[in-house]
Amino acid sequence: MFGFISRRIAMALVVMFVVALISFLLFRFVGDPVNQMVGVETTPEQREALRQRLGLNDPVLTQFFRYIWGAVQFDFGNSYQFKQPVADLIGRRLPATLELSFASAIFALLLGIPMGVYTGLNRDSWLSKVFLSVSLVGISLPTFFIGILFIFLFSVTLQWLPSFGRGEVVQIAPFWDTGFLTASGLKAIILPAITLGLYQMTLIMRLIRAEMLEVMRTDHIKFARARGLPNRSVYYVHALKNTMVPVITITGLQLGSIIAFAIITETVFQWPGMGILFLQAVQNVDIPIMAAYLLLTAFIFVVINLIVDLLYVVIDPRLRTERGRA
Amino acid sequence: MSILDIRGLTVQFPSRKDVFTASRNVNLSVDAGKILGVVGESGAGKSTVGNATIGLLEHPGRIAEGEIHLDGQRIDNLDPESMRKLRGKRIGMIFQDPLTSLDPLQTIEFQLIETIRLHLPLSKEEARARAVDLLNQVGIPNPEERISQYPHQFSGGMRQRVVIALALCADPEVVIADEPTTALDVSIQAQILKLMKRLCEEKNVAMVVITHDMGVIADLTDHVAVMYRGDLVEYGESRQVLGAPKHPYTQSLIAAVPRPDVKVHRFPQVDYIEGSAKPFKQIDISTHWLGKARDYKPVDGPLLSVKDITMKFLTKDSWFPKNREYFTALDKVGFDIYAGETFGLVGESGSGKSTVARVITGLYHPAGGTAHFAGQELTSLKDKKQVLAMRRQMQMIFQDPFSSLNSRMRVRDIVAEPIKFHKLASTNSEVNQIVDDLLEHVGLGVAAAAKFPHEFSGGQRQRISIARALATRPRFLVCDEPTSALDVSIQAQILNLLKDLQDELGLTMLFISHDLAVIRQMCNRIGVMRHGQLLEVSETEELFDTPKHAYTKELLSLMPSMEGLSRSNLEEELA
Amino acid sequence: MTDNTPTVSGSEVSAASRSALARFLDSDLLHSFLSSKITVLAAITTLGLMLAALFAPLVAPFNPFDLAQISILDARIPPIGMEWSDPRYLLGTDDQGRDLLSGILYGMRISLAVGFLSVAFAAVLGISLGLISGYVGGRTDAIIMRIAEVQLTFPAILLALLIDGIASGIFGNIDRETWAIWILTFSIGLSFWVQYARTVRGSTLVEKNKEYVQAARVIGIPAWIIMIRHVLPNVLGPVLVIATINLALAIITEATLSFLGVGVPSTQPSLGTLIRIGNDFLFSGEWWIAIFPGLALAILVLAVNLLGDWLRDALNPKLR
Repeated sequence: MFGFISRRIAMALVVMFVVALISFLLFRFVGDPVNQMVGVETTPEQREALRQRLGLNDPVLTQFFRYIWGAVQFDFGNSYQFKQPVADLIGRRLPATLELSFASAIFALLLGIPMGVYTGLNRDSWLSKVFLSVSLVGISLPTFFIGILFIFLFSVTLQWLPSFGRGEVVQIAPFWDTGFLTASGLKAIILPAITLGLYQMTLIMRLIRAEMLEVMRTDHIKFARARGLPNRSVYYVHALKNTMVPVITITGLQLGSIIAFAIITETVFQWPGMGILFLQAVQNVDIPIMAAYLLLTAFIFVVINLIVDLLYVVIDPRLRTERGRA
Repeated sequence: MSILDIRGLTVQFPSRKDVFTASRNVNLSVDAGKILGVVGESGAGKSTVGNATIGLLEHPGRIAEGEIHLDGQRIDNLDPESMRKLRGKRIGMIFQDPLTSLDPLQTIEFQLIETIRLHLPLSKEEARARAVDLLNQVGIPNPEERISQYPHQFSGGMRQRVVIALALCADPEVVIADEPTTALDVSIQAQILKLMKRLCEEKNVAMVVITHDMGVIADLTDHVAVMYRGDLVEYGESRQVLGAPKHPYTQSLIAAVPRPDVKVHRFPQVDYIEGSAKPFKQIDISTHWLGKARDYKPVDGPLLSVKDITMKFLTKDSWFPKNREYFTALDKVGFDIYAGETFGLVGESGSGKSTVARVITGLYHPAGGTAHFAGQELTSLKDKKQVLAMRRQMQMIFQDPFSSLNSRMRVRDIVAEPIKFHKLASTNSEVNQIVDDLLEHVGLGVAAAAKFPHEFSGGQRQRISIARALATRPRFLVCDEPTSALDVSIQAQILNLLKDLQDELGLTMLFISHDLAVIRQMCNRIGVMRHGQLLEVSETEELFDTPKHAYTKELLSLMPSMEGLSRSNLEEELA
Repeated sequence: MTDNTPTVSGSEVSAASRSALARFLDSDLLHSFLSSKITVLAAITTLGLMLAALFAPLVAPFNPFDLAQISILDARIPPIGMEWSDPRYLLGTDDQGRDLLSGILYGMRISLAVGFLSVAFAAVLGISLGLISGYVGGRTDAIIMRIAEVQLTFPAILLALLIDGIASGIFGNIDRETWAIWILTFSIGLSFWVQYARTVRGSTLVEKNKEYVQAARVIGIPAWIIMIRHVLPNVLGPVLVIATINLALAIITEATLSFLGVGVPSTQPSLGTLIRIGNDFLFSGEWWIAIFPGLALAILVLAVNLLGDWLRDALNPKLR
């Protein structure tokens, strides 16, 4: 067990290292940082002095480790377009994105899992067919179009919910403004959270359904039935637990990608999160922000994956006993 | 009065095109404390009878006609809920594969207590005590300690014991066992059969054992029902049916069982099975491509000489060589095979016998040792031309007829591939002629060439495999369990074909099997393997008469006794 | 040796050699296709939309790229059936006076082109790497799969955005029209290869251990021929399903990127670009500019997804 976990942590570190390398290469070699920082009238001498000051003339390896060392201390350099530290820019927008992602993840899990279990067990019921048809429409509508439809319906036509922004926010920590504590903040998060979570919800539902169908065909389920176990116990004790390992894997991946998909939702609803910041960075070739965003999403992703690995160990006894019988 | 009574059972599987009748008008009954064997080859409908009895027919199967009575009560028309309550409580079931029958994520304790408390009004503590007691009865050592373990911590045989304990949780009146020992090694198989027999007597349960194995029937059952293509062809006391079979199918089936006690020249043909009696078109080997230009130089001494072959598999990888862990599959194995003989390797699963085949044919690279074929060292061959020349002389026939042929290729392309690859024929029409002849020669006919493998049965596919192996004009044939996936009647045909080919072409063979009876019929000399070691090598008759190694003796003692089997056909054959 | 499945496997060859056409007409695949009305409808829709897009210059009433045919005076005309509508413009016009129906047909062309090209790119890359990874194994496998694992850290949309950003950084904004579509195709394709590689690797690991591959090795056939001639045809089934579903996903991704303004340039509007333009007019009540291209996109993707869903179930023998 210890071996499994430590191998996984090592793997996570390797992933982070590779991402840091990519992000450094971006930072250092795509576009000339000096060109981005100074005006046209700067003399070559001034440029050279700047290069020297930024350490751009040092060996690449030194620069790389300086970059990593900076990143560990949340120093990602300055944004080209805003001329401000990237860490501040991202930090100010991070709470909005995290709250949105959290709300939509909860939405996706709370609806997706029960719907998946239901459709997996009641393959031919009419409700399953409804769920499946709706889910197919769900994965066929692009997120941004769902957002547009929601705005058109609930904001423009019915005028129930706001179409942009976070509503009123309350500061609960130096870097954290929350929208969860005000009525307008809660109202504002409904549409974006559903828009963002809908796609993940359908994927989770379809995945659980497929796994359920798979497990229901295994020998040990057949044997459980032959022992006379009632459906309730066959389904929820033996089948559900056995579907969990693949389901957790994919769910982990999906939750990780919510942060990235937030870019779209934030654009549609003009949600002041770091997704919009990243999009602007892409459009304006603001490399430091892109590089930092890359590192941050990778980090969140790696953490989620580590949690997934820990859950494996909890669920699967075969991983708990150190090298079981060959 | 019989506990389980099946009357006129007909089970059908409707499909889009037609209705498939899996069992037709089957009548069976079992008494308490007795064991009924249901025997038949694949497609006989024997599992269907078992599944219908316990109410777990696979979709879209249904009981079309007939009645099933349990202790006088009709059960085939019960509603699903009453049927469920019956399962496990009054009828227990044991499945074939113990490795997949248990929920891998729950402890043995959980699964036992869950089942016990479902059927019996016991408290948790009482149920646990009963569970420990059950494990004790089925022969699990330290049940108190082992009960809290997970299935993966038990070996295959031990898991099957747990499965049996689970089936006996509520003291059922009837236990149905569907191929209970098929997935197990012979030594484990013998133990499980003994256990089942003991439990049947002790607990006075009626047992139905579904199997393809005549040995199991002979060892275990009181009565036997023989099924063929959904029909019950013969039914009676085991001794009587095995000793003096009445139905021609039973007769030929019993005749086809390889006898461990006598050596026959050829297996009796099972003529009852349709499609088997196809006369082969004989080709004149001396003038044909297959026989012509077999320009192999005769060798002095052994054709194949294996010395100290060692093979290790990585079980735990690491970037640091010293942290890597290995499993030793072969430990200094050495033997000689002389031109024209058939050398047998016998052993249980994991003994390394198949690994030997794969090292010799170049599929694995050994960690140490040498193998000389016709004087040339095999394991260090580097030159591409030499490697190919060696490959051409040595071909292999595999175990699983369903995976040994590429399902996306036509039979013609499968058989032609080696000919074309080794450039053994100059024109396409010549290649086609050779393929046609080969297919004729292995008893398939020319029409087979245009078809895909899935259009053939297991035995026919194995013939295609043989044709492909012959297509390089080899002089050495490695047969790795060539018939263990086949029905016994088909097995007899394939073994006869191999013997014929060997006689005609003067092939040298390495024949690998777990089945001592088959080995005895096929081989001149035999090597016995266990845990990657070659324990002894003897002449066949010597091995069976005076085995040297203790393990060989044990293996021989475990062979199902076939004494009760009819010898009528056999004697005809010997006469 | 079991007879759980009620097949007649032990019997003689069921049918004498029939023609491939007869076999196809009698196949379960065709039957399952024809018995699912929704699938047939999806197939007809997909085919119809593809043909309409392919022959857009012939089918569309206007050429939205021909400035001579556009008049700003015709801007924002509502669709037929509404007040102020114009019979020439069935679905109305956009902010520049372009016919929306024609814009949708031409836009679909670009969406489909990018979709097909990126799927082809991803499939070729993924299948090759998966085949090599699974068949060769060892360190090669470890390296390819680690790369895949790292890439999975980034969702497709993020990766595509990044590549687009890097491309802008390298090429600047000069000649955007010419390279934008290729960069788009490349970035979408690159973000999808992992799925193919993992699936193909999985199937290859299974196939590699089957005895027909070992038989080919015993004959002496070299690894690369075995991979292409023997293993590849046997692992393509699941790939077909992935490719279909990926086509839908690629079209969505392209639309999303264009909607976000980093996709195709607005001189060659795809469906996503049209929705992006229309989005600005949503609040002023001119809903059709965004909604009609959106519906076209949704119908196209839904039809392709329905086909993919059916294909997955039909090719999975366990579900039948």
